Amino acid sequence: MTDAVTEIIPPRETKTSTAPRRSLRSLPVFSDRVFRAVCFAAGGVTVAIMLAVGVFLSARGGQALASAGPSFLWVQEWNPRDGVPDSFGIAAVLFGTVTIAVIALLLSFPLAFGTALLISEILPNSVKRAMVTIVDLMAAVPSVVFGLWGVQYLQENAVPVAQWISSTFGWIPVFAVTGSDGASLTEASAFTSSAFIAGMVVALMVLPTQTSIMREAFSQAPIGEREGALALGSTRWGMIRTVVLPFGRGGIIGGTMLGLGRALGETIAVYMIISPIFTINWQVLKTGTNSVSALIALRYGESSEFGLSALMAAGLALFLITLVINFTASSIVARSRSGAESNG
Amino acid sequence: MSIVDAQERVRETPTDAVSRGGGRTRVPTAPAGRARPERRRPGTAALEDGFDLGGALLAGICVATLLFGWIAPLSGIIGWIVVAYIVFVAVYAVLVGLRADRLAVANRLATVLMATAGIVVLTALVFVVLYTVGRGIPALSHPNFFVETMRFAGPLDPLDVGGIAHAVVGTLIQIGIALAITVPLGIVTAVFLNEIGGPFARFVRTVSDAMTALPSIVAGLFVYAALITLVTKERSGFAAAVAITVMMLPIVIRSADVVLRLVPHHLREASYALGASRWRTVWTVVLPTSRSGLATAVILGTARGIGETSPVLLTSGVTAEMNTNPFSGPMISLPLQVFTFVQSPEPQMVARGFGTAAVLILLVLSLFVVARLIGGRGAGVLSDGQRRRATHRSRHDLIRITHRTRTDSPARSGGTTPTQENP
Repeated sequence: MTDAVTEIIPPRETKTSTAPRRSLRSLPVFSDRVFRAVCFAAGGVTVAIMLAVGVFLSARGGQALASAGPSFLWVQEWNPRDGVPDSFGIAAVLFGTVTIAVIALLLSFPLAFGTALLISEILPNSVKRAMVTIVDLMAAVPSVVFGLWGVQYLQENAVPVAQWISSTFGWIPVFAVTGSDGASLTEASAFTSSAFIAGMVVALMVLPTQTSIMREAFSQAPIGEREGALALGSTRWGMIRTVVLPFGRGGIIGGTMLGLGRALGETIAVYMIISPIFTINWQVLKTGTNSVSALIALRYGESSEFGLSALMAAGLALFLITLVINFTASSIVARSRSGAESNG
Repeated sequence: MSIVDAQERVRETPTDAVSRGGGRTRVPTAPAGRARPERRRPGTAALEDGFDLGGALLAGICVATLLFGWIAPLSGIIGWIVVAYIVFVAVYAVLVGLRADRLAVANRLATVLMATAGIVVLTALVFVVLYTVGRGIPALSHPNFFVETMRFAGPLDPLDVGGIAHAVVGTLIQIGIALAITVPLGIVTAVFLNEIGGPFARFVRTVSDAMTALPSIVAGLFVYAALITLVTKERSGFAAAVAITVMMLPIVIRSADVVLRLVPHHLREASYALGASRWRTVWTVVLPTSRSGLATAVILGTARGIGETSPVLLTSGVTAEMNTNPFSGPMISLPLQVFTFVQSPEPQMVARGFGTAAVLILLVLSLFVVARLIGGRGAGVLSDGQRRRATHRSRHDLIRITHRTRTDSPARSGGTTPTQENP
């Protein structure tokens, strides 16, 4: 077999060197030129629409920002008047937004994490597929439905829980519920429409997103390492801890952050539940909180020209925050995907 | 032994060797008089495990009831469940620990915790939907709810007066306009991102990814400030449709982009190798291959768009009357109608709100089911009917080509006719 040597044909130099080099540029036919033009036009229109939103928001919001100055970041009231610098700021609403989102994440993270592991590691195939479908389907349920449920059902059923947390853990400042004189409140009306209840509803809304991203990351953990761990005598939980979780770390972080992005931008469910206030409220169980999106929904109608641009400044701030969070999250998810392959 | 021979040897499976009667494998048989040991079935629970689980559950329930009834003056079903659950987990850990080591206890506990998370999530999500639909039944059971408007129905009127026909029509018109803009624009943009590429395409992709982060209320505020206060001066269905478009467009582009990326490269390359132009390739290869995925992308985008409340809240306006003209006058849609109904303190209106929410849920869920039915398959995977049609088409082509080679140019068919070799 080894004696069959490939014969190398020497290039005929004289001929090729004199001939002109063949051009490899493609020469589009008419239909291709039209196709390219249409595609570029569609891309252009899409970008134009989206940039129009960004530019318009920045331009109109910038007007209010220029008038307010840096006090926009720490003033707690919202009573925008042109030329009065301390008349409005997002401190209180941004604080409320972040409170609700953090509560939502604290509640949803363990649930999403456990459900994702359950689906990818434990359930048999037939149940798994049904569970995945249900979770995906829940991501499509409109937010107004969650808000309706929160107002009509959760509100009254969560108040005893809030009362119990407050009376048991009231010595932790965040869980205390006190009136203006500092005495702790116990009546149910002090516990309704709180950041806690809004956070519970938002937690339900971000659960499907988080679960499906984590599940996808977990199921991509390499089969070779999994079976290696099991073959070395590991229990299933040991295998999950040493193989699935390290490989799925990007998915866990990214999924949680994408959920955070959704939680920050959620409007209608929060708006239906909370009773809006314009001060920073550290007591998460107590009535009254606010969020940027609820502020916009509340105030857009009565706003003057300047009031509208102040609202746009608030919306722009929210958009920038969610933008940063989403981009970070998707880059984390993407990076975790690229290296997660088994070698054998 | 030559190399070829050795390769042959490697390729044969052990069963081949046995069947050829070389070194026969001896199957060990159990000595007579001894019972065969029962076959082990890994992955199924033993009876003791069931006892552990059941006993722990029983203990949890008993302790919680005892605590709640006799010792602690606590109340509330949620508190009862929490206490019962904590006791259950503790007792279960102790029971497993009686017979197994630390690792096994950790494994069991982790499994129980994961199962709990799954059950809680499933119950909560299903409960939200069932609760809404259940409380919507009183309104849904009146047929007038689907055909009348709220024009002559006051807040105190019983449920057999008035309905949500105007909101249904409003939703259909708004989503129709939004789809008419989103579907062509979104799909062509996704084709642009995948088939043409280049720096501008990367820029488009970045911008549309960024726009998925846009909070829906901000999209509504944009349309309110740019379109309503500056141009039309009144809220209308068209403005709402534009707001929904701004929300839906990035979603559709993103999912269509993912679907088009899944089209196998060899299909495209085969098409180019046959001399097809770029446009021909897209139209006859790429789009048909990814048709079901694209339909799913559009339907899921539609489900999202129908449920959007906050942009519509700012842009469409509230009305109790039927309005079929999207360009003038307020035009309400289903989610906004839910929101408006439940703002009222009257129980009749709240019941109507639940009825409307149930209609909305059923609409979204049926869209989702349709999307699943169409889009369950990956790119290029055909259903039975599609495969039958494709086979029929290629058989037709074969006949056509054979016919032509026989009659048209006898000179060209001088060599072999490959079509006849593979019927």
